Amino acid sequence: MSTPARKLELGRVGESVRRIDAIPKVAGEFAYASDLYAAEMLWGHTVRSPHAHALITAIDTTAAAGMPGVHAVLTHEDVPGEKRYGLEFADQPVLAFDRVRYFGEPVAIVAAEHPEQARRAAEQVRVRYEPLDPVVDPERATGMDPIHPERWTDGHGYHHDPRPNVVRTIVIRHGDPDADAEVAVEGTYELGIQDQAFLGPESGLAVPDGEGGVDIYVATQWLHVDRDQVAPCLGLTPNRVRIHLAGVGGAFGGREDLSMQIHGAMLALHTNRPVKFVYNREESFVGHIHRHPARIWMRHAADREGRLVSVRARILLDGGAYASSSTAVTSNAAAFACGPYSVPNAAIDATCVYTNNPPCGAMRGFGSVQSCFAHEAQMDRLADALGMGRVDLRLRNALGPGDVLPTGQVVTGSLPVAEVIRRCADIPIPDPEELPRDPIRLPGGAGNTTRGEGVRRGVGFALGFKNICYSEGFDDSCAARVRVFADADGELVAEVHSAAAEVGQGVVNVMAQVARTELELENVVVAPHTTVTVQSAGSSSASRQTWMTAGAVQLACREARSELARRGGTLEPGEEISVERVYRHSRTYPLDPDTGQVVGGERVHVAFACSAMRVVAEVDVDLGLTRVVWIGTAQDVGRALNPQAVHGQIEGGTAQGLGLALMEEIQTRDGLITNASFTDYLIPTALDMPPMWTELVEVPEPDAPYGVKGVGEPPTVVSTAAIVAALRDATGRELVRAPVRPDEIVGLA
Amino acid sequence: MKIELTVNGERHEADVWAGESLLFTLREELGLPGSKNACEQGECGSCSVLLDGKLVCACLVLTAQAEGHEVVTVEGLGEEGRLHRVQEAFAETGAVQCGFCTPGLVVATAALLERSPSPGDDEIREALSGNLCRCTGYQKIFDAVRAAAGAA
Repeated sequence: MSTPARKLELGRVGESVRRIDAIPKVAGEFAYASDLYAAEMLWGHTVRSPHAHALITAIDTTAAAGMPGVHAVLTHEDVPGEKRYGLEFADQPVLAFDRVRYFGEPVAIVAAEHPEQARRAAEQVRVRYEPLDPVVDPERATGMDPIHPERWTDGHGYHHDPRPNVVRTIVIRHGDPDADAEVAVEGTYELGIQDQAFLGPESGLAVPDGEGGVDIYVATQWLHVDRDQVAPCLGLTPNRVRIHLAGVGGAFGGREDLSMQIHGAMLALHTNRPVKFVYNREESFVGHIHRHPARIWMRHAADREGRLVSVRARILLDGGAYASSSTAVTSNAAAFACGPYSVPNAAIDATCVYTNNPPCGAMRGFGSVQSCFAHEAQMDRLADALGMGRVDLRLRNALGPGDVLPTGQVVTGSLPVAEVIRRCADIPIPDPEELPRDPIRLPGGAGNTTRGEGVRRGVGFALGFKNICYSEGFDDSCAARVRVFADADGELVAEVHSAAAEVGQGVVNVMAQVARTELELENVVVAPHTTVTVQSAGSSSASRQTWMTAGAVQLACREARSELARRGGTLEPGEEISVERVYRHSRTYPLDPDTGQVVGGERVHVAFACSAMRVVAEVDVDLGLTRVVWIGTAQDVGRALNPQAVHGQIEGGTAQGLGLALMEEIQTRDGLITNASFTDYLIPTALDMPPMWTELVEVPEPDAPYGVKGVGEPPTVVSTAAIVAALRDATGRELVRAPVRPDEIVGLA
Repeated sequence: MKIELTVNGERHEADVWAGESLLFTLREELGLPGSKNACEQGECGSCSVLLDGKLVCACLVLTAQAEGHEVVTVEGLGEEGRLHRVQEAFAETGAVQCGFCTPGLVVATAALLERSPSPGDDEIREALSGNLCRCTGYQKIFDAVRAAAGAA
């Protein structure tokens, strides 16, 4: 989308700036992927597997192809190039050929004149299945037949693990793994499958160029990696597949993997007509990957003064049927298992397995959410066992620059853990509310049928951290181009090009703010995001895009400014300066497969960000209903480039963690999703989110442009842990599983 | 079947099939894609429009039911080329991130302020609880509603 920035007196780095796409969005004029239209456009529909695990013995498309309005029905036989794709390994079929491995896996695709015709034709595609026993228990997966028998992974080149169905195993041995101490606590924790539940379902439009190539307009998180997965499957060179960002209705990790891109392009090239896909909500639940469900055992040991001596952890993640980004999620779950604490000795074992459950991959927080839920419950238990205050124990062990992480990496740069703890703990919490009161202010709101006799109040505190940017030697880059030219009045204009995906986080503003700051120009226009005019920006994920794009735009603008100065500071009409620059972050290195120590004693992660959160909650123990009353948080943000947007990220990220704590879980039975709708999969509403107080802790990151850190993920990492801690405080129960279910908090005497 | 209805002050005739929702007609036949389709079950509020001044989910209304009635969508909320004060407030307070829920929330907020010009915080939360937002955590949406109420 082309989003012209309005002329602003303000609008430089560090200032709260109105979104430059805000007006079209409030007016209903912003074109999301589902709003696109082209003349002669056909509608696509996907035939999906009703089984979690089955062999395909026959596919008959004859009846479907003869239905009214139908232009094409395609199967795996029609995939022109590579039959499989994937973010880390090409293990996922474009369309299933010999077997289906999860409920909802694409088997065939249809294009018709009307979406209803496409849907009805899809019902007429006859697929003969031979159902197999699904692998649904991740604990048993490594002892069962492999669900990818043709791909013996052996740990995918990481830690050697010959067991079947292993996506990745990580072993981290730090200090003396057998070390012990006087006071020890242990526990086993579980998290369910969370869905990104972005509001704009998967959508896109594929347009054939008439010369064998294709343009794909799609809501995605990474244009160039989409292209590099799509092109081989179409049997085309990458320059014949052009990916353009369409308006994105939220992402949160769920648009890192492909959805309709290859399917739309296949149908468009086959019919020589534009083809549009729009998933409905039910389809969206099977149309993207989810947050990994986890089972985590931890044992913490400390001396009598509360200094952590050792942490042992065993982490099991269910990756579902295909790898997606599971290896990196597993890495994060292991690397951040000890939390932002200084731990001299650690033994961490993490494994992610293939099963026939819904595929899992990237979701905001990316492995750290699961670990944080476990390590923060452990820290509370340890504080209680020591007779120490929960905040005091965290302060005593707070990680800081110069400390060594379990991977052997020394913390450099900014990581103000102790300050974040203190700032959060100092925020005053609201006084208890009197009874009786308006039911809207009781747990369960209008659904509460008591006068609040069973309401108990609790306060929780939690601390979390994660990495910023990619890790383990996956060193990426980010390109930006700036064009400076004179408009008809002779005024200088800067046009900024980047393939960075604007997914709602506001990177489009960051681009304009950096250009205004560096060029000292007011007239800045952000060009459409595309693979055509500029190299890769990397993905809008890993809390990296603001840092990386700011770096790239800064480099390009500084060069353009020097060139402008060489030309005397002005340009004639028709004259232009066009500069593309590539920004790279500090180099990272892989982990040793046997010890989990970073090779060469260097960085495995680029940087870190931490967050603390304090929560007041009420539980009606007669009814099993909850009400989060108030949330206060302090977050390490490096430097806030657009404070309004930073607050927005923190508030929204917190709400997603609240959902995982209280209500969000994809339910499955034998691998089949049973709650694929917003009626049955609940996300927080305006009544569920309490007032929030947010403190920004600004300690600039020395390696980052303007000292910035990504801010999207830390609130999601910490909020599930903090909210469940408040429920534990209210009920006195262990509550080792998220989301907390009503029957776990009722029936207290 | 041929249906006549008024949308944003203009009379339209639409040729629809019996089961067609008002949302589909607005988006696919009348060229008004501002109302969004995110659940088709009346759970998310992304398709909120005013039907004779009442807030409804366009996905739950058959176009045939709108025969002879007046519909206002997000595209028709402002007057004389100016944004409605609720739209201005959403843009200024940071209540918009991805923006997919915004059209529905803007219409729902306009309906709220029409019947209750100075709503309290609990009233705002209850009135907007039928409109899901996945990005903002609602804080800045509440700010926007308060700002719009104050700007009346």
